[in-house]
Amino acid sequence: MNIRSFAIRYGFLLLLLGLVLFFSAVAEGFAGPRSAVFIFQSVSITGILALGVTATLVVDGFDLSIGSVATSALMLSAYVMVVLEMSAFMAIISCLIMGAFVGLVNGLLIVKARVPDLLATLGMMFLLIGLQRIPTEGRSISTGMKLPSGETAEGVYSQSFLWLGRHRLDFFLEDLIPIPVIIFILVGIFIWLFLELTRHGRLMYAIGSNETATALAGANVNKYKILAYVISGITASIGGILLSARLGRGDIASGNNLLLDSVAAALIGFAVLGAAKPNAFGTAIGALFVGVLLQGLTMMNAPYYTQDFVKGSVLVIALIFTFALSSKGRKTGH
Amino acid sequence: MVELACQISGIVKSFGLNQVLKEVDLELPSATVTVLMGANGAGKSTLVKILCGVHKADIGRVTLFGKNFAPDSPSDAFQSGVVTVHQTINNGVIPDLDVASNLLIDRLADSSAGFFIRKEKLRSEARKVASTMDLDLDITAVVRDLGLADRQMIAIARAMTRNPKLLILDEPTSSLSANEAKRLFKLLANLKKQGVAILYISHRMSDIRAIADRIVTMRDGKISGVFEGASLDYEGAVTAMLGQKMVHAKLQTQQKGTPIFELRNAKLSKYSNPFDLVFYKNEIIAITGLLGSGKTAIASAIFGLNPLLEGEMLLHGEAYNPKSPADAISKGIFMCPKDRSTNAVVSDFDITNNMVLPFLDRHTWFSFLKSKNLERKSSVSISELGIVCQSELDLVTTLSGGNQQKVMIGRWLSEESEVLLLDEPFQGVDIKARRDIGSHIRQSSNERATLVFVSELDEAVEIADKIVVLHEGSYAGIFENKESNILDILSLYSGKSTKAAATATERLNG
Repeated sequence: MNIRSFAIRYGFLLLLLGLVLFFSAVAEGFAGPRSAVFIFQSVSITGILALGVTATLVVDGFDLSIGSVATSALMLSAYVMVVLEMSAFMAIISCLIMGAFVGLVNGLLIVKARVPDLLATLGMMFLLIGLQRIPTEGRSISTGMKLPSGETAEGVYSQSFLWLGRHRLDFFLEDLIPIPVIIFILVGIFIWLFLELTRHGRLMYAIGSNETATALAGANVNKYKILAYVISGITASIGGILLSARLGRGDIASGNNLLLDSVAAALIGFAVLGAAKPNAFGTAIGALFVGVLLQGLTMMNAPYYTQDFVKGSVLVIALIFTFALSSKGRKTGH
Repeated sequence: MVELACQISGIVKSFGLNQVLKEVDLELPSATVTVLMGANGAGKSTLVKILCGVHKADIGRVTLFGKNFAPDSPSDAFQSGVVTVHQTINNGVIPDLDVASNLLIDRLADSSAGFFIRKEKLRSEARKVASTMDLDLDITAVVRDLGLADRQMIAIARAMTRNPKLLILDEPTSSLSANEAKRLFKLLANLKKQGVAILYISHRMSDIRAIADRIVTMRDGKISGVFEGASLDYEGAVTAMLGQKMVHAKLQTQQKGTPIFELRNAKLSKYSNPFDLVFYKNEIIAITGLLGSGKTAIASAIFGLNPLLEGEMLLHGEAYNPKSPADAISKGIFMCPKDRSTNAVVSDFDITNNMVLPFLDRHTWFSFLKSKNLERKSSVSISELGIVCQSELDLVTTLSGGNQQKVMIGRWLSEESEVLLLDEPFQGVDIKARRDIGSHIRQSSNERATLVFVSELDEAVEIADKIVVLHEGSYAGIFENKESNILDILSLYSGKSTKAAATATERLNG
């Protein structure tokens, strides 16, 4: 293995390791389990969304609606519990169904109506951003709010729902690992297994590489494409549920950054291990990379408004890794 | 003796280990149509590419009117007066522009042209070009909206605007109707009068009879025959083109087995005649015909892509109506499609995953892939087909074209099938790979019916027990693959003498 292929393969992981070592040395309190868990927690929701986007990238698609699916799930769960006064279980189920349904519609728009993926999901994003404001006339949802009908919302967030966003499990240390981190890891493992080890995942990669050839090999291309968007919709709604459980209210202004952050994580993932293609492991590492960088810089007192600039820079560097350095990237590329 | 426009002497060209041209010597006189015939892989297109500046010869030299000619690029070749119309029409036209701009695109690209387009001037010049070509087209029409034949005529007309001294046409009539071909021939006759040397590549006997002054045949990278004089020896030329291969082909008659698949009253297009065909076990049938003759329609119907226009299909005597390729595959009907880079190769995958793609579900445990099984499967195919690679985990794109094609063929040979459809299995592969593929198809054909769809007749001759000829969407005849039938097949292939076909068919069916 020459230096070039070594750099393509391990460059990004070494960069991550270097960053961790650098911050551990420079920023006081960076090294340590609490800080590590904090990083995981900060990226868990974007990471879950990014894993969903990865599934759509695999079939050579793109899902721009994930951010708005997540915020819609946030509002929907709040509405179900606070306004309709239903249980946590109902809130979760309705969010998951909503996510799956949006994914299904996205998939049908792309496969049946032949709308290009970016445009279909852009339209869906717009639609959802608008839709989630209609039931409450544009207000955030919390217990005691005035409803359009003039009544007062009496429902409350159930404790078991809040548990999802706020509980921490003991792991060597007391109250160490938050539930969202566990869910992030579980979703990551699930998506990874599905994409890498099952025939469905293999066919989805084949579709992303050569759709016609895969269809002529007898695969139901449309079904798999729709499935990818359904996966993306469901993971986005899981992200939304966790966000809702963390906030404890249906905050209309939350989750603005979710789309860009998660897309960035998935694209950064191309560079991990020189894959030059969307992959679940890379996506998770991509999300962590951004988390490490932001946490480290914050601890070194970098102002918050530099965050987006840092994320953008990381993305550009990762894309150079993927497309310029690896010859494989030149032929793929979305 | 007419002036010699172009002299090619001792041209040698290799791609890697594969020597494509082995000392080619050829003279192209002015005011003469020289027809170049040759089987696929004989080296015709490589020779053309050297003349038009795409490739450089390794050894040898070309002179143009006595001067050394070694173009660095296609534009270099135009400037010297060597103009080529390639077979792929879409390289010759720009679909989004109108006819006028297409005809004069070279003038637009010329750096001495002005900054703004003067529409009226452009159009009047384009009209002039069109009228000299007898091109009856609305020159403001957008090329995208035109048919294949019109596009081809535009590509040729465009070549004319470059004032060629040597005009090379690579199978220009493959998408033209008989009338359009006549227009083209008239034009070529005019050019000939003006002293242009024309190198015309074609297999169509009707073309060759219409315009050839000389016939040159190529085989295996060498000139295998030159025919000239008052009356041309067409049969001799065909034999010189196919000759050696006829002997090479293993023509022992196979013991055909039970009938497997049947087409009844099948109609491919609105105006074609219905026909019946039966495919037997242990039989290889070649279905041949020019572009648009209906080969693809048959293949797509059997593989469940598009239903037959009319008629029915029977598999083992029972009605067979596949809803999708998946359905066809599950019933043991496989198809290896043509144009492998668009229709078959998954370029991000390694050899193994390309090989097993249609059969992933046969190697799983609760949807999880058994990767060891897959690798074992593909390494068996690799050794059977003699695929040259480092390991079964090589990316498929690291292989040569011939080896990629072997992977695609191996994909469909790796599991047992009832009917195997191979659409242009020899497309873009060298002679060696072609032989390997052919013999492997033959060896493995005992338990199935094999249909090979080819437009090159010599490929059919090389592999098949029987040859079905299609012409313009209609069934034209079926022949035993015997040397005595070759000329009949050839004339039928180009749409002539249906009488010979009828008798031959009778013989076979009776």
